[in-house]
Amino acid sequence: MTDTKIAISNLYKIFGRDPANALELVKNGVGKQELLEKHDHVLGLSDINLEIPAKGISVIMGLSGSGKSTLIRHINRLIEPTAGSMMVDGDDVLAMNKEQLIDFRRHKASMVFQKFGLHVHRTVAENVAYGLIVQGQGKKEAKAKSHKWLERVGLAGFEEHFPSQLSGGMQQRVGLARALATDAEILLMDEAFSALDPLIRTDMQDVLLDLQKDLHKTIVFITHDLDEALRIGDRIAILRDGQMIQQGDPQHIIIHPADDYIFDFVKDINRGRVLQVGTIMTKDQSRSTVTIPSDMVLEEALQTVATIDGQSANIVNASDQVVGSISLDQIVKGLARPEVEAQAGQYR
Amino acid sequence: MDFWTNKFPEMGRTDLRDLKKGIDAAFRDFSRAYGENMEDFFHPLLQFLVWLEKLLLAAPWPVIIIIAAALAWLGARSISIVIGTILSFLAIGYFGMWEDTMSTLAIISVSTLVCIALGIPLGILMARSERVQSIITPVLDVMQTIPAFVYLIPVVMLLGIGKVPGLIAVCIYAMPPVVRLTNLGIRLVEKEALEAADAFGASYKQRLFGVQIPLALPNIFAGVNQTIMMALAMVVIASMIGVAGLGVPVLRAISNQYLALGMMNGLAIVALAIIFDRVSQSFGNRLQRHRQGAQHD
Repeated sequence: MTDTKIAISNLYKIFGRDPANALELVKNGVGKQELLEKHDHVLGLSDINLEIPAKGISVIMGLSGSGKSTLIRHINRLIEPTAGSMMVDGDDVLAMNKEQLIDFRRHKASMVFQKFGLHVHRTVAENVAYGLIVQGQGKKEAKAKSHKWLERVGLAGFEEHFPSQLSGGMQQRVGLARALATDAEILLMDEAFSALDPLIRTDMQDVLLDLQKDLHKTIVFITHDLDEALRIGDRIAILRDGQMIQQGDPQHIIIHPADDYIFDFVKDINRGRVLQVGTIMTKDQSRSTVTIPSDMVLEEALQTVATIDGQSANIVNASDQVVGSISLDQIVKGLARPEVEAQAGQYR
Repeated sequence: MDFWTNKFPEMGRTDLRDLKKGIDAAFRDFSRAYGENMEDFFHPLLQFLVWLEKLLLAAPWPVIIIIAAALAWLGARSISIVIGTILSFLAIGYFGMWEDTMSTLAIISVSTLVCIALGIPLGILMARSERVQSIITPVLDVMQTIPAFVYLIPVVMLLGIGKVPGLIAVCIYAMPPVVRLTNLGIRLVEKEALEAADAFGASYKQRLFGVQIPLALPNIFAGVNQTIMMALAMVVIASMIGVAGLGVPVLRAISNQYLALGMMNGLAIVALAIIFDRVSQSFGNRLQRHRQGAQHD
């Protein structure tokens, strides 16, 4: 695959009075519950290993308390780990001194927050320019850039407004523009759209995907929402109780959930709208002349395949080569949930 | 047993007397040794106060009224406050209290400046460290509650009677609010706003002057407002140790039972207080223009 941008290995975070001591306990097999009850320490992250490739959207997913927000704050060291390593572009973030860290935060990684984190005493334009001003850029230059980015996120004309005069969705557009304005290669998004209404959230996901087509940033996106993860993620990593349960290609996770926890997550999704034909196709070619792209979702493929005589279609990849085929039968099977009990439950 | 008698087992009479004498003597020696240095230290402050007082007294009264009205307008942007200011000053002048009022204005201005110059940095230090806060808070409690007459004694022993000890007495009493509210204001700044500043690589200075202080400004201003009010409240006590101003006639009125004199000068102090309060409060409110017109949240 592409080169690794961020490499996290053996990362531990323990909250409490004596994390070093508690770390020994955890390494000796003491669980999160026991650590809290007997030793009064909270296990935030436990032995996290994660490689985040450059120029893609990597989603880290988990329920509240799973440690996902803690994990993302380790990347720009807003939180110090108890143990482990964090490399960005081969540089050890944890070894940086104060000046180097400030430089890293100014130029290398910017962040978007769940509660926006806008500065209420600055205008929209000043908020977007904030990272640039902190970098030491001139006011004029910063203003021009902030205007450009506000235009990109669809907020031209709101420069002189204050954040409190904007709706939540608009405020987060400001937050996004502020993060993009610094030209950092890494964009850390901590539940960036979770505080928004469902419709606005979809809107913002489109804005992000649209921008990403041109910008090719390395985006680390935190969410608790599987639909969101599947919609925008090139890769998904799933956290539970501070542990990494499964990571990889979203399609693969849907088909092969690693355990019951992840199965519970994926069982309720609308498979027809998420699963792609390329995921469930057979490798052999059919005689049909109809072709469909491999990233088409099942629901749409059903429309096409149901109308063909042989009821089977060829699948082509992005460069128009035939890579396999799919039949109506396969699509219908793909739409069904993977487990019998789950299916039975549906009709009760 | 002795234990159950009504008499508290107090220190021996002579021991107690010796103790008090010892403390007094030690402090007297201290003030003899360092009193002059102290006076030298405060000399620039004295000069500034005298200069300001002379300036206010020398300026023609219409100029003062115009300046006061202009300042009221700049601070409050309200016609009714400006008119109130002009009428108050006219009344003060008409009832023969102009000069005392100018003296009071001078000492209030200087002591407020001193309180701000010392209080805001102190408040910032308190907000930065729990340790500093736990040390300074009880000191502020003492400053606010100890009867003014009690700390007048050492101040007068050190610096004698005059404007500087008066100024110090006023500052001791008036400084705590601005320190407390600066500390509180900075501590109340939203965590999210600060985290954003950190995430974008703000230095300590950029964080303090770009985020913490601007967002704490409404609270800091409430503190400045309280400080001015408390400074005005100290005018009468300060006049006991030789500070000229509206407090002097009030003191005379108390000792001679002159009702009208006391009332008039008292009301002049009230008028000044109301002007300062309204102007500084509406200035503080205008600093929060970003909170106005909020349609969401």
